[in-house]
Amino acid sequence: MINIIWFFMIVIGIIFSIINCKLDTINQVVLKNTGEAVAFAIGLTGIMATWIGLMKIAEKSGLIRSIGKILSPILRFIFSDIPKDHLANTAIIMNVVANMFGAGNSATALGLKAMEELQTLNDKKDTATNAMAMFLVINMSSVQLIPLTVLKIRSDAGSLNPTEIISTTLIATTVSTIVGITACKLMERK
Amino acid sequence: MYKILNIVSITAIPFMITIILVHGYIKGVKLYDTFVEGASDGFKTAIKIMPYLIAIFLAIGIFKESGALDVFSRILTIPGRLMGLPKEIIPLIVIKPISGSGSLAMVKDLVYTYGPDSLIGRIASTMMGSSETIFYTMAIYFGAIGIKKSRHTLSCALIAHIAGVIASAVACRIIFT
Repeated sequence: MINIIWFFMIVIGIIFSIINCKLDTINQVVLKNTGEAVAFAIGLTGIMATWIGLMKIAEKSGLIRSIGKILSPILRFIFSDIPKDHLANTAIIMNVVANMFGAGNSATALGLKAMEELQTLNDKKDTATNAMAMFLVINMSSVQLIPLTVLKIRSDAGSLNPTEIISTTLIATTVSTIVGITACKLMERK
Repeated sequence: MYKILNIVSITAIPFMITIILVHGYIKGVKLYDTFVEGASDGFKTAIKIMPYLIAIFLAIGIFKESGALDVFSRILTIPGRLMGLPKEIIPLIVIKPISGSGSLAMVKDLVYTYGPDSLIGRIASTMMGSSETIFYTMAIYFGAIGIKKSRHTLSCALIAHIAGVIASAVACRIIFT
């Protein structure tokens, strides 16, 4: 799937740049965006190492097990195939919490940790499990409580009430998350 | 209100760190050694995702800068209007799953052009907070652990995205009129 999308995005892009006489921008993108990707990954390294380090502490202290126990009923329902005491549970919870508060890079770090843990439960290492699909769908429907960047834009643009969109954002994000979970539950049986 | 929320957001992460450390301290965990041990694992993961990031940044960059993305969003104006969405919002629906920085720039543009308190400004702001950049997230999360077959992930994510878009428009129409 990703192979096909990747191929078409690039080829269609190059065709369009020929039509629009923008071939030189392709050269710029090849240089600039690849550099940005490396810079981003390096930037992420610090926060990534920090969170995995903290999680290791939480794992040894038993905090992870306690959190897992408290939230176990919810997790059991959504991720039916992750064992109770598994580290994946905590990584998922911490990722959702970081996402809720808009801590993007911390969320990514914890999310990657969650994926690694889920991979340890996977029999077919090249195929996504139900739990992985579910986790990513929840993650991508973004359970964000406070969309700070948007609030900043609105207040800069002179909104009379920049925070009024929090309620609608919560409604929209709840709907998209519930629809995502339902779609996953329906499709994972296949 | 904005300031209070800002404080809540800022405190979340330090709060999590404090709880982890204090709990570890009480339970007698060797904090420093354990942290370093975990951090070296984190280091490896960050390096491992780099090639996937390059691949996805490259494809998104070419697709966006060539003008292909604009054309695609214009094509989708027609089904979008059928769902009762203002046509100014449609490009954002297309860009949101593909590019985070691109959609942020577009929200900014919409908010400044039509006003933050217009229906379009409100729907755009709502949509921005209600979904994530799908292609990028999938590429790095699956890439980092070597998943090739994503099964139903993409279709479910897109269904959730569309549901979020419709919910944004409906919620704004109901709440702000």
